[in-house]
Amino acid sequence: MDTMEQKIAIELKHITKAFGPVVANDDISLSVKQGEILALLGENGSGKTTLMNILSGIYHPDAGDIFVRGQQRTIPSPHDALKLGIGMIHQHFKLVDVFTAQENIVMGTKLDRRLGKKELAAKLSALCQKYGLEIDPLKKTYHMSVSEKQTVEILKVLYRGADILILDEPTAVLTPQETERLFAILRSMRDQGCAVIIITHKLNEVLAISDRVTILRKGKSVATVTTAETSAQELTELMVGKKVSLEIERPVVEQEKALFEVHHLSVRNEEGVYALNDVSFDLNGGEILGVAGVAGSGQKELCETIAGLMRAEKGAILYKKENIVGKSPREIIKMGISMSFIPEDRLGMGLVASMGMTDNMLLKSYQNGKGPFVNKKPARELALRLIEKLDISTPGITTPVSRLSGGNVQKVLLGREIESEPQLLITAYPVRGLDINSSYTIYDLLNEQKKKGVAVLFIGEDLDVLLELCDRILVLCHGEVTGILAAQEATKEQIGLMMAGETEGGAA
Amino acid sequence: MRKELAGTAPKSAAEPLIRIVKKPELPPVRASLLRVGAVCLAIVAGALFLLLLGHNPLSVYAEMVRGCFRSKIAIQSTVKIAIPLLITSLSVTLAFKMKFWNIGAEGQLIMGAVFASYFALFHSDWPHIPLMIVCFLAGMIGGGLWGLIPALFKTRFNTNETLLTLMLNYIAFYVVDYLRQGPWQDPEARGFPKIATFEANAYLGKVFGVQAGWIIGLLLVVLTFVYLRYTKSGYEISVVGESQATARYAGINVKRVMLVTMLLSGAVSGIAGMLQVTGTDFTLSTGVASGVGFTAIIVAWLAQLNPFVILVFTALFSILEKGSGVIQTTFGLSSYASDILQGVILFFILGCEFFIRYSFALRKKGGRAK
Repeated sequence: MDTMEQKIAIELKHITKAFGPVVANDDISLSVKQGEILALLGENGSGKTTLMNILSGIYHPDAGDIFVRGQQRTIPSPHDALKLGIGMIHQHFKLVDVFTAQENIVMGTKLDRRLGKKELAAKLSALCQKYGLEIDPLKKTYHMSVSEKQTVEILKVLYRGADILILDEPTAVLTPQETERLFAILRSMRDQGCAVIIITHKLNEVLAISDRVTILRKGKSVATVTTAETSAQELTELMVGKKVSLEIERPVVEQEKALFEVHHLSVRNEEGVYALNDVSFDLNGGEILGVAGVAGSGQKELCETIAGLMRAEKGAILYKKENIVGKSPREIIKMGISMSFIPEDRLGMGLVASMGMTDNMLLKSYQNGKGPFVNKKPARELALRLIEKLDISTPGITTPVSRLSGGNVQKVLLGREIESEPQLLITAYPVRGLDINSSYTIYDLLNEQKKKGVAVLFIGEDLDVLLELCDRILVLCHGEVTGILAAQEATKEQIGLMMAGETEGGAA
Repeated sequence: MRKELAGTAPKSAAEPLIRIVKKPELPPVRASLLRVGAVCLAIVAGALFLLLLGHNPLSVYAEMVRGCFRSKIAIQSTVKIAIPLLITSLSVTLAFKMKFWNIGAEGQLIMGAVFASYFALFHSDWPHIPLMIVCFLAGMIGGGLWGLIPALFKTRFNTNETLLTLMLNYIAFYVVDYLRQGPWQDPEARGFPKIATFEANAYLGKVFGVQAGWIIGLLLVVLTFVYLRYTKSGYEISVVGESQATARYAGINVKRVMLVTMLLSGAVSGIAGMLQVTGTDFTLSTGVASGVGFTAIIVAWLAQLNPFVILVFTALFSILEKGSGVIQTTFGLSSYASDILQGVILFFILGCEFFIRYSFALRKKGGRAK
C-alpha cells in the first residue's frame, strides 16, 4: 500500500468495439493510477460511455485487453466488475424510489443482511466520514434532491468495496455549488487512494478536477495530457481536431418591447403536481431570453404549455396581447401566430425518426393546398435548400433522419422551423448532444434570428453558454421563477444559488 | 485491501461465447436474396419431414403446385381462398401502419358478414344491384363499427387494443353461433343449427368464373397504397404510428386519426366478410372467417405493410393452403401433416427476418484472459 502512487489501477489496451457499421471504440488504450483522477474528454459520440460500459462489464469488447491492478481480466458482467472493485455511477440514477438511502445502498449485497438498522447506519456513516460525504441514511429516495441521489449512488459502489470509480457526466444535473461539493468528494477519494475516471465534455470541469486527461475523438484515443500542463484551448483542439474559437457572439439589436408575455402561469404535470407555479415573464422581439435551472425544474412544461401541447391550470400567455392559453397547436397556427418550438426530444417529438428529410419538412405544411393529397414538391425543394444552406450532411433527402448525426438532425429541425419565419422561437436544449462545431452553428443561427427581431426563448444547461449568448436569464427552481437577471451583469455563482432556490434579493 | 485477489488466480467467469450483433442495413437486393434462400431452406426442411413420413417429397411438392393450377376450377378455388386473405391483410395494414395492433380482423370480418347477411336473408326480393350495394355498405358498417369499439376504448381509457380486438373476435363468433341457433335458424333445417342458404338473387355475380370479389380486392390494393402513400390522412397515420408526441407537436388530432383509421380498417375487413357470404359461402356460418384474420397479420408483416407485396404473399399463402388440401386427398396425408408443413415454411421465412437484421459474432483473439 505504501507504493500506491505508482500502482496502475486499470489499463486498457487496444480496445475495439463496433455496433454494426459504427466503430464506437477503435483501438483505444488508456491507464489510470491509484490515487489519480483521470478525465475522459470527448465530444458526444466519441465513444466515452461505450468504453466505460466495457470497463464495467455492460458491453464486451470485440478485441483488446483489460488489466486490473496489473492482471489481465475479462469482465463478463457489472457484478464481476464490482468484484474487481470497479464501480460505475451512471448518468441516469438506478435507485428504488420508495426505499431509503440505506436500503438502496445495501440492496443486492449479501454482506450485512443480519445487521440491524442502527449498526448499518453506523457503518455507513463511517464510510461517509472517510470520504466527506453527507447523507441521511433513513431518508426516502423520493424525498431526495438530485445531488443527494447521486451521493447515494456513490455510496452504493463504495459500500460494495469499489476503489475504482467511473462517473458518467456526473455534473450534468448539478448546480455549480453542488458540482463543487462533488469535486471535493472526488478529491478526498483520490487522496484515500481511489482511482477515479470522470467522463465529461465540459472543459472547465476537466481543468478543475483532473490530474490527467485522455482525449477521445471519433472513437480513437488521440492524446493523454497532464492537466497542469494544458489549457482549455489546447484541449478543445485535441477534442475537435482543429482550431475553434470559443467566443460566442452577442449582437446588440433593437428590441420590440414585450412581444410575448407570460402571466401567472401554473401548470400541473401528469402526476398532478405543480410543474410550474405562478410563472411570469416577458420576452422582447430581438432578444434571447435564457432559462436556467436544474433539470426538471419545469423547463419542459414551460415550453410545451406555450406551444399548446400542455394544458395550463391558471394564467395567461399573451402573444402581441392576444391570449393563446388553452389553444391547440393547430389553433395557434390558424390565429396567424408564427411560433416555432424546437423540442428537447428532437427525434421523438420534433421529427419523425424513420422518415426522410422531405417527409419531415411536410410535418408542418402537409395541410397546405386543397384536396386530399399531399403535395410533396415544395417539401422536397425545401429539403434541398436546407441541405445547401445549412451544410447538412446526409446521403439523400429520403434517408431516415434517425441515421444522421446529432448536429445534422438539429439542423434539419431548426432549419425547418426557421424557414417558417417565426416571430417567437422556443428552443429546448438546442445544443444538447451536439459537437462543438455544430453547437456554434446553432448559436449563430439563433443570433441571426435575433437580428431579424425574433423573440427567442433559450432553455439551456451550460451556464457559461447562457451567460455569453443570452440577453437576460430567467432562473427556474421547482417550477417557480427565482429571478430574471441581465446576462452581462450576472455571475455563475449568483445563478447557481438561484437555481437552488434563493431568490434574486437573497442572492444579491 | 486487494491483496488476496491479486495473489490467487482469477476466477474466470466466462464471457458469453457467441454474441448477437446488429448488422448494418442490408441492401434490398441482398435482403431479398436472403428471403428467397429461406424459402428454399424451408422447402428442404419440409422435404425431410415428408421423407420421414415415407413420401417422395418431389412428387408431393409437384402435386401441391399442380393441384392449384391443374384446371380452371382449381385456379378458381385458389383465387377464392385468396380473396378474404388479401382484403383482411390490407385491413390490418391500415391499423399496423399506425402501430395500432388490430388482431381483430377476424371479428371485423364476421360482423361485416353478419350485417350483410341480414339483407341477403331478409331482403332478397330487392332488385339485384341495389341489394348488392346495400349488402356491401352493410358489411362495411358492421366491420367498421367492430373496429371502432377498441379504438374508442383506447382513446378514452387507454385500454390495450391487442386484448380488446382479440376478445371482440370471440364475441363476433358467438354472435353468429347465437343467430344460427336462434332468430336466424333455418326453419327447414329441422332443428339443425344452421342459417338458410341465400336466395340466388343475393349471390354476388361472377367474373371469369370466380366471384367478383377479386376485382374489389385488386381495387383495394391500389386504394390502400394510394391512401397510405399519397394522401394527407395517410401521412397522418404514419406520423401517429411513428410517434404520438410528434403527431401532437405537428397539430395532428391523434384521437381522431385513430378512430377514423380503425373505422376504415374494420370496414375493409367487413367487405371481406360480405364478399365471403355473398360470393363464396352463400350463407352465414360460424366458419365464415376460419382464421384468415390471423393469417392476414403474418401476410401483412411479411410484406412489410406494402399493399403490392401483400398481393404476392397472399398468392403464395393461398397456393400453400389449397395445395395442402390437395395432397391430403392425393397422398392420404392427415390435415395435421399439411399444417406442419405450412408451419415449417412460415418458421423459416419469419426466422430469416432475424438474420436480415442481426448476425452472430465470436470474440476475437487477444481479448480473453488465459
